[in-house]
Amino acid sequence: MGKYILKRICIMILMLIGMSFIVFASMYLAPGDPAEIAAGPSATAEEIEIMRAYLGLDKPFWTQYISYLTNLLHGNLGTSLITRQPIWSELSIRIPNTLNLAVAAMIFACVLGIPLGIIAAINKDTAVDNALTTLSLFGISVPNFWLGSILILFFCVKLGVFPTGGMDHYFWTAIGFSQVFLPAMSLGMQSAASFTRIGRSSMLDVLQSDYVRTARAKGLREKAVVLIHALKNALIPIVTQMGTSFGGLLSGAIVTEQVFAINGIGSYLINAINQRNYTAVQGTVLLIAAMFISINLIVDLLYCVIDPRIKYE
Amino acid sequence: MENDKVLDVKNLTAAFSIRKKEYEVLHDISFSVRRNETLCVVGESGCGKSVTTLCIMQLLPKNGHITGGEIILDGTDLTKLSKKDIVKFRGKKMGMIFQEPMTALNPLLTIGFQMKEMIKLHRGVDNKEAERIAVEYLKKVGIANPESRLKQYTFELSGGLRQRVMIAMMLSARPDLLIADEPTTALDVTIQRQVLNLLNDLKKDMNAGILFITHDLGVVSEIADRIVVLYAGRKVEEGTTEQIFNDPRHPYTIGLMKAVPDVDSDEYNIEPIPGTFPNITEEIPGCRFSPRCPYAGSCKLCTTEAPEGVEVEEGHFVACHLALRKESPNE
Repeated sequence: MGKYILKRICIMILMLIGMSFIVFASMYLAPGDPAEIAAGPSATAEEIEIMRAYLGLDKPFWTQYISYLTNLLHGNLGTSLITRQPIWSELSIRIPNTLNLAVAAMIFACVLGIPLGIIAAINKDTAVDNALTTLSLFGISVPNFWLGSILILFFCVKLGVFPTGGMDHYFWTAIGFSQVFLPAMSLGMQSAASFTRIGRSSMLDVLQSDYVRTARAKGLREKAVVLIHALKNALIPIVTQMGTSFGGLLSGAIVTEQVFAINGIGSYLINAINQRNYTAVQGTVLLIAAMFISINLIVDLLYCVIDPRIKYE
Repeated sequence: MENDKVLDVKNLTAAFSIRKKEYEVLHDISFSVRRNETLCVVGESGCGKSVTTLCIMQLLPKNGHITGGEIILDGTDLTKLSKKDIVKFRGKKMGMIFQEPMTALNPLLTIGFQMKEMIKLHRGVDNKEAERIAVEYLKKVGIANPESRLKQYTFELSGGLRQRVMIAMMLSARPDLLIADEPTTALDVTIQRQVLNLLNDLKKDMNAGILFITHDLGVVSEIADRIVVLYAGRKVEEGTTEQIFNDPRHPYTIGLMKAVPDVDSDEYNIEPIPGTFPNITEEIPGCRFSPRCPYAGSCKLCTTEAPEGVEVEEGHFVACHLALRKESPNE
């Protein structure tokens, strides 16, 4: 097991190096001149050239990339073109906010989506099932920025029960909960709906299986049949979906953070793009990629916990 | 003798609704299982064997339902029970072993968990006692190292072992009736033999009745005390194993016997029954077997009127117009 994790981490590093090339190359090819931005709006042509030499942008592509990669391998994401601060220190204060939002959204999606999927499955072809299936279709289709705005309009402006934006506490505190509730709901709605749909279909499959029939033949009550014998098996496809959903949550957070004025890596990335802060964009994209790859590793390890047949060598 | 009956099925009729139409799958089936007896229900795929067991367990799929008759177990008519009350009978009074040992146990729970769950539910004992009973029953079905088996998952066990675990689990609740729906079909021949011997041995000391479903006449001859032959949802013949094997009266039973290969004979002369098994949606007037029956051609009654079951000798029932006549196919 330890060996397997080590191997996966090595592969992760290789993937991130590949990712760094794509990110670096796309920024290199993008229109705009980093030297001009770094030198500031009032700089003369001469000053821009000095800045270009200072940043090493006058060197050929490969030389630039190699020095970028060397810095990366030393844990250095570079410095912001605008603030001249190390990008890592700017990101690290924003990571907790984004993770707070994404994890809260994931919990929201699980708590809402999975039970609804089970309820739909055990009431197959009834009004309850039809209502839930329709609702989940709505949940999947609705864009999260729109949902966010509607939620703000209703809960904050009309009812005034939640703050309209900002986030400076973790979701398990009372203040943090009220701060994160609406953003988590708008961000997690699509995932919740997908869990309902996948949960419903995998539960339906499992409920028709032979071992569920055996459980019934044993004289177990329907509740025990569903919660003990069926649920664990039905969870496997849901866990797979959780992995991909989490990637969606990270990218969805970019928009949600804007809507709810949360100072996370998503809003940092948007600012960086608007300001053509190339190094900051590169660093943030790499960080999001690293988070996504790590989540996938965690999901793969979760399979082991649920299914004894899966063992990693 | 009446009290000896563990299970009494009377005039059971069941139907499936397919695309809003009702199709009768069981018609007027009656039989009983006595204590310490194995009753085999024999017939082709689709004849209603499995549906019969699912009726008894009340585990029919949603589009299937019992339309008439009684199923009496331990003095209670199961067809009249609510969904809530039937749960008290499943497992406790009647256990069931299924055809597919590979998929009939939960892959994500240990053998121990699945067995102890059953024992705690039906015998009201604590976890420690349940573990002891589980070990005892695993030993009974001939599993070595039962203690370590309890910690294993199904994927670590072979098909034969899984079926033994299944048998042990169902017996651990000490049911009056054990229903076995083709329990050996998915196993290879040597393992099949072991499981049959096991059931034969267990029958003696568990004081229950066994309802054994199979299409394999070889298996029937090994295990049955009495036999019920089903054809297209109707009981065509019933009798002791000797009566059915030595003196089959119904043309269908006779056909089945002729279709069994004889290893002792040098010649390989299997006689298949002509024609094909009728589809559930087909309507056949008169005797359901008449289109395939080699004797029905000269008989008008066969194609117009469904035959009633008649006792031709003690305990031997046949539902055939011709079985009672002079030109009875047996003579």
